[in-house]
Amino acid sequence: MRELALDIRDLRVCITNGEETKEILKGIDLQVPKGEIHVIMGPNGSGKSTLANSLMGHPKYTVTDGQASFFGEDLLAMKVYERARKGLFLAYQYPVEVPGVTLAHFLWNAHQAKKQAEEPTAKKDPKAVLAFRKRLNASLESLHMATDFSTRHLNVGASGGEKKRIEIAQMEVLGPKFVLMDEIDSGLDIDSTRVVAHAINAMKGPEFTALIITHYPRILEYLQPDRVHVMAAGKVLCSRGMELARELEQKGYDWILKEYNAS
Amino acid sequence: MNEEARSALDLDQTKYDFKTADTSVYRSAKGLTRETILDISAHKKEPEWMRDARLHAYDVFLQKPMPAWGGDLSEMDFEAYTYYIKPTDKREDAWADVPDDIRKTFDRLGVPEAERKFLAGVGAQFESEMVYHSIQEDLAKKGVIFLDTESGLREHPELFRKYFASLVPPEDNKFAALNTACWSGGSFIYVPKGVKLDIPLQAYFRINSENMGQFERTIIIADEGADLHYIEGCTAPQYSTRSLHTGVIEIFVHKGAKVRYTTIQNWAHNIYNLVTQRAIAYENATMEWVDGNMGSRLTMKYPSIYLAGEGAKGNVLSIAFATTGQHQDAGTKIIHKAPNTSSTILSKSISRGTGRTSYRGLLKVAKGATGVKASVKCDALMLSDTSRSDTYPTMEIDEDQVAIAHEATVGKISDDQIFYLMSRGLSEQDATAMIVQGFIEPFAKQMPMEYAIELNRLIQLEMEGSVG
Repeated sequence: MRELALDIRDLRVCITNGEETKEILKGIDLQVPKGEIHVIMGPNGSGKSTLANSLMGHPKYTVTDGQASFFGEDLLAMKVYERARKGLFLAYQYPVEVPGVTLAHFLWNAHQAKKQAEEPTAKKDPKAVLAFRKRLNASLESLHMATDFSTRHLNVGASGGEKKRIEIAQMEVLGPKFVLMDEIDSGLDIDSTRVVAHAINAMKGPEFTALIITHYPRILEYLQPDRVHVMAAGKVLCSRGMELARELEQKGYDWILKEYNAS
Repeated sequence: MNEEARSALDLDQTKYDFKTADTSVYRSAKGLTRETILDISAHKKEPEWMRDARLHAYDVFLQKPMPAWGGDLSEMDFEAYTYYIKPTDKREDAWADVPDDIRKTFDRLGVPEAERKFLAGVGAQFESEMVYHSIQEDLAKKGVIFLDTESGLREHPELFRKYFASLVPPEDNKFAALNTACWSGGSFIYVPKGVKLDIPLQAYFRINSENMGQFERTIIIADEGADLHYIEGCTAPQYSTRSLHTGVIEIFVHKGAKVRYTTIQNWAHNIYNLVTQRAIAYENATMEWVDGNMGSRLTMKYPSIYLAGEGAKGNVLSIAFATTGQHQDAGTKIIHKAPNTSSTILSKSISRGTGRTSYRGLLKVAKGATGVKASVKCDALMLSDTSRSDTYPTMEIDEDQVAIAHEATVGKISDDQIFYLMSRGLSEQDATAMIVQGFIEPFAKQMPMEYAIELNRLIQLEMEGSVG
């Protein structure tokens, strides 16, 4: 079997709201081999976003049990920024706005933090910032974005579609090993979906692994994922090939929930 | 950036923590008496009218009660301070002649580098008196006066007397009276009619002696159509007992002139910083205060602008940063006295630990001041559950035909923002600092680049150890 990029075993996650604690993930088992593109689909409220945010380490979610190993290392023991520096990237469903901080400034600092972690003894290259700028501009252009987005404040005043593309630009510049995408195609029109899908396809290769949460098979037709997992009520019901996404598109979720007694 | 500029901008905290051996030539006895004031005046070889003005102000100081509002002044002990220290017996006009220990202090603060980079003239205040003052030739040729305040009084007595204490009389408040009684140092600036300075004038201030009050007095006069930008930056070393800084700044912006006064103050955390800053803008004149307050134990400072002539404009942009044990009580007063005057206020405050920030502002539109436009915006950012932020805005509007906008926000730093930045690889501390820097960006972008970098660096230093 190929090396596992992500290996999740019996992951249980709670969210606390005031006095009330609720279990959202009720024992997730999921394996993503290195170099593959996997997809998670599932009805609203099944815990898909919780899974993505928990893997990234959002403090709102408490892991109560289980393991997640990231290229053989204990992901859950790492701090949020360590996960990022090890090559994990989460493209958000709703990227936050950060007034006063430009995309270029922020991304350069993130880029440097990652580089520093990868090669702690490397000397500072004075030309690195120019190469970085070039890369960011090229990335924005390929996403059909004005390059002045790099000097605009992070996500401030950007449309939903622009925010999603800014996420992709960040992904391209940081060059992660493993990408989690939380509904990257929600709210995108047909052309934007294609642009985003092309960007992801361009990163495909033996060193690139992705876990993509989506409601729509359209982006999957471009991406041709290796596996499709269906989540419901905090568990992974089943994992099959691309044909499952098409079937869900036609028939909805009821039949599969019944099949697995999850309704 | 070259190596020199880098070292000048590389502010590490140790730079603020050193002190040199005390070699002062003259030091007044602790506490303030009539004799102390006579001593100060005699030492400065002042004209009689100034001596009398000091004595009068001293009487006013004694009569005025302590302010009952603002910050906590109950632990302040006027008897504990030294009111005058003259560090060397002669003023220096060449850097090389400045005594070694004093020069070392300035070297560590990066003053000469700063000058070499872009200064038009430097007035560096060491303790109570200017020890170093240079004016570039072209300034002199244009008829610009840029002196320490004592020299201003000596060399331009009539001009000085005309303006001194005319905008901030000793009767204004207890601390203005105190300053008038024992002022020492500061800048005296006059820019003649129609002269526009395209590089900023700068002064560095520094308190270097324990329990010493610093009472600088600055007077800036922009004659008709003149244009100048004055920058003042302050750093002070750390001490265990509490020091006092009580400055008075008076700015006169004549018809069609423009003055911007920029300051970033980063006082040691035990200093009382009680400053009166006031400007008057005449017909079609523009006055701008860009005011950054960091450090100190308590700052009470409310830069104000009197819009006295038709079409005058006033803008105030301020930030305040309070950490544990600090209270920044700052704000702005704008008084619209003439028709078609306009003003904008943007105030940003940040509190962390048990720090406290207060915005205390006054916007007044006098009867007859029609067609006034004014906007006030106050944003407060709290970085901890134990920090505190209050807003005390006052508006007195005595005219109907005015357009006034007011907006205030108070918010905690957002966990989602921090998580977002951290999820790209930034540490929690760097993520927090970046969000804070973003919050003050509207302020920082108004600063000369070197100062903006310095400010961001200071914010980063303040953030160190801010997260567990």
